[in-house]
Amino acid sequence: MNHDNYDDNYIRGILNGVKSIAMVGASPVNVRPSYFAFKYLAQRGYDMIPVNPGHVGKNLLDKPFVASLADIGRPVDMIDIFRNSSHIMPVVEEALRLDPLPKVIWMQLGARDDAAAAKAEAAGIKVVMNRCPKIEYGRLSSEISWMGVNSRTLSSKRAPMPTQGMRLSLNRTSLGGGETAASDRAAKNKTDPA
Amino acid sequence: MTDRLPGFSTLAVHAGAQPDPTTGARATPIYQTTSFVFNDADHAASLFGLQAFGNIYTRIGNPTQAVLEERIAALEGGTAALAVASGHAAQVVVLQQLLMPGDEFIAARKLYGGSINQFTHAFKSFGWNVVWADPDDVASFERAVTPRTKAIFIESIANPAGSITDIEAIAAVARKAGVPLIVDNTLATPYLIRPIDHGADIVVHSLTKFLGGHGNSLGGVIVDAGTFDWSKDNKYPMLSEPRPEYHGIRIQETFGNFAFAIACRVLGLRDLGPAISPFNAFMILTGIETLPLRMAKHCENAKAVAEFLSGHPAVAAVNYSGLAGNPYNNLARKYAPKGAGAVFTFSLKGGYEAGVNLVSNLKLFSHLANVGDTRSLVIHPASTTHSQLDDAAKIKSGAAPDVVRLSIGIEDKEDLIADLEQALTA
Repeated sequence: MNHDNYDDNYIRGILNGVKSIAMVGASPVNVRPSYFAFKYLAQRGYDMIPVNPGHVGKNLLDKPFVASLADIGRPVDMIDIFRNSSHIMPVVEEALRLDPLPKVIWMQLGARDDAAAAKAEAAGIKVVMNRCPKIEYGRLSSEISWMGVNSRTLSSKRAPMPTQGMRLSLNRTSLGGGETAASDRAAKNKTDPA
Repeated sequence: MTDRLPGFSTLAVHAGAQPDPTTGARATPIYQTTSFVFNDADHAASLFGLQAFGNIYTRIGNPTQAVLEERIAALEGGTAALAVASGHAAQVVVLQQLLMPGDEFIAARKLYGGSINQFTHAFKSFGWNVVWADPDDVASFERAVTPRTKAIFIESIANPAGSITDIEAIAAVARKAGVPLIVDNTLATPYLIRPIDHGADIVVHSLTKFLGGHGNSLGGVIVDAGTFDWSKDNKYPMLSEPRPEYHGIRIQETFGNFAFAIACRVLGLRDLGPAISPFNAFMILTGIETLPLRMAKHCENAKAVAEFLSGHPAVAAVNYSGLAGNPYNNLARKYAPKGAGAVFTFSLKGGYEAGVNLVSNLKLFSHLANVGDTRSLVIHPASTTHSQLDDAAKIKSGAAPDVVRLSIGIEDKEDLIADLEQALTA
């Protein structure tokens, strides 16, 4: 797996396939990216579980916080890790102790730990690093193009009007995945994760 | 199934445009509205807090404009784009994200005269200091770098003489200096040159020229290549620091590889105000659908006219990089193999006077201050676009007093040549 560039079909397969997402590091502070990614994914119909030991006893958009992945108490399809690169490994190790294992481990924009990724992949788990599921969902569904973003997709079909709780189609024609000269250069320019 | 990359002409017609969700309209509708209703108070708050994708007010974004933006981002190979009212507005918005008062940027000396004025005079009052370098001498860019340098600005095909800039060489200087390279790609359009493929971090355009292509609508655009790490050494606090106007959001942390385009929209366009009208966005979008056809014809005609002029006894010199023997011909072959553009200059043996006579004798060419129209255009830069420069600066920028600039249109080339012939001998 090339973790500098992901094929759209890889991301699309994950976002179409998973139903429940546990977000590690979800914040109740409404200006943090984890808060609005959580909210967006909940609005798009995902079964969201906030994981943050600092907020147990509180709710995030009516979902109770749990302290750890082990406390979820039911199978979960995807772990979305909203932590710095240096805090990824313990979360992945915790995820690997779950039974059944999650299908996907996703590390948020800016977060990358290749050793942790290799461990998860060895256990058969799909890994995405340094991406935001909210942005990828918005891009592949073309919803994000309201912001002038290049979705790298085309469609001659009428778009549905998104409403609360609605899953959008991600199955538009892709323009050759994420590999471009610019994306390679971006990967090289990026500060090495601490 | 592997993803397949459609060709440039397919993108020029389709990218960003999808049948309208409400009506099924296939052409992109003109959303001629100032504002958009919110679903509820929570939706409104999410939009204002940059937490959700959507429309608020046409000064910040508009669905017609968004189609234009995505199309240009796709054609240039960028991650996102922002359309604004003019090419000049694009430059202000870009530099506002990069420079604080007292900072510097390095600019190529050969630029559109309006940019030279904007950089020299208007930006001085913002405390943004331009340092000029010679695009034909890459070392002059290197020498100009100081700890206050925040960006390098060049034109891919430079106004007025149509000279070609060695983008890769200057991109290497920018990389070494740790600053983004901004390329004005107006005269080339992505059909001829894609600066991001050669190392540009930001591309700007006057959409008014070849992209719109019909001389009927003003517009500008900023394309984010998604290549620059804005948080590396805290040189660009607009992108790396918490923004007080958005409750402490950090733009790069939140938006990743399209953070620059978002900063331009939510910190630049929102607060400075140079929005493009939805109608202009529609007109330019329609123009772009035929960009590949038009550019091929523009270039074919320009080469024929340049060849005709080089053989004419009244002509002293023709500066068209598409001609063998032109000093920029090798760069043109490398960067613009499909054609060297359609804007160039020539000088007449009869000097300034002969230039003025030529302009008044032409019947098909229009004498006006624009380029990149379907119609062929002529101007005398020394007395118009570059008139505010002193004589030495005019010569350095390629607008000497005996120089005439042409922008070749998509008419029949035989008619353009006949018009020039009669005007030169009249």
